[in-house]
Amino acid sequence: MNVLGIYHYWVFAILLMIGFYAVIAKLNLIKKLIGLSLFQAAVFLLYITMGNVEGASAPIFGFGAETFSNPLPQVLILTAIVVGISTTALGLGIVVRIKEEYGSIEEHDIQEIDRR
Amino acid sequence: MTVIFGIFLLTLLLITAVAIVRTRNLFVAVMLMGIASLIIAANFFLLDAADVALTEAAVGAGVSTVLFLSALALTSERERARTSRKFLSFAVVTAAALVVIYATFDKPQFGSPDAPTQTYVSPWYLEKTPEFIGIPNVVTAVLGSFRGYDTLGEVFVVFTAGIGVLFLLAGAPGSKKAPLRPGSSVGLSQHLIPRVVGRLLIPFILLFGLYVQFHGEYGPGGGFQAGAIVAAAVILYALLEGEEKALKVIPRRVLLGLSAGGAILYGGVGVVCMLLGGNFLDYSVLADDPVKGQQLGIILIEAGVGITVTGVLLSIFHAFAARGRQA
Repeated sequence: MNVLGIYHYWVFAILLMIGFYAVIAKLNLIKKLIGLSLFQAAVFLLYITMGNVEGASAPIFGFGAETFSNPLPQVLILTAIVVGISTTALGLGIVVRIKEEYGSIEEHDIQEIDRR
Repeated sequence: MTVIFGIFLLTLLLITAVAIVRTRNLFVAVMLMGIASLIIAANFFLLDAADVALTEAAVGAGVSTVLFLSALALTSERERARTSRKFLSFAVVTAAALVVIYATFDKPQFGSPDAPTQTYVSPWYLEKTPEFIGIPNVVTAVLGSFRGYDTLGEVFVVFTAGIGVLFLLAGAPGSKKAPLRPGSSVGLSQHLIPRVVGRLLIPFILLFGLYVQFHGEYGPGGGFQAGAIVAAAVILYALLEGEEKALKVIPRRVLLGLSAGGAILYGGVGVVCMLLGGNFLDYSVLADDPVKGQQLGIILIEAGVGITVTGVLLSIFHAFAARGRQA
């Protein structure tokens, strides 16, 4: 197995877990959303990595290439990126509303106010 | 050479990710997210995914950063120092990482043409695209025609998310909308250099957006990318000249119309196909020659996608910006 291949998969695993760590360990809601974005980016990276074919070119005809990388994961991820930003925006909207109602975006503060 | 560059980019990406999680300053974290997106886009390009690289660069490094920054302006830039159950979280994450890394040893070799991903479904698309659709970009062909249903669904997800943000943020907290105070949100207009450079750049960004939109059948591009690029150009205009001027160019009502109109255009093409005797989103019936019909259908639905994405991203931006003015 070549070095770049295994390294790609490992970077995916580590990036995924860095994002996951931010989601579960950080108490700031915006930081959690940033972690979720990282998590998402790692998944994108995995899909594109798996669709790559050695020595091939982008799946567009007419530029003299003989072999092409897999177009399917690219289609999936292309749309997922745009859907991802829309849902992140929705999350940010909720965070802004929480800040307005609770005066804080730290999880501890919000739970304390809720208990009162 | 590509190998070295790939390893360099991925290492840089990991360092950036660690810095993002470690920093307490959210402004720094958001800026680093932009850098991480750019690195990922470059890496996508190395992996032959030109369309995806374009999307990630426009959305991840451009629009996403602006949205996070406008959310920060409404909340706070500092993160409190406390972290909950640091060691437990770290243990869980490490264990999960080890499991995922262990699983990578069973994955097919990177770049292997014999991997299951490469041998089952996708050769069919590569083989049949010239015959059925007749356009060079296979990604656009799959996105617009073969998997047109999925794309329609995704356009509606984008539209729904936009409506959700408007529901959350458009209602003013004190019920009355704060009037646009002249000179209150003038953006960067005091700064000469960004203003001059921006004015020079914006027409070309818009032109590039149109090129990406209408050249998507022949090269990397399409509605999603073009929508993000056009939205980025208008957002840049709003940042430089103030939000009210941007709203004068494209008022809120028009933006809402664009968001819904694009989705309706997409769905409408599908309905027209049915009325002409074909299946839903089967563009072959749109013209005498089935291949010509497919191409016409793809151009129309890509236009719909571009219009919706532009409308939704700009509506979201203006919703955040208006909230800032009221606060």
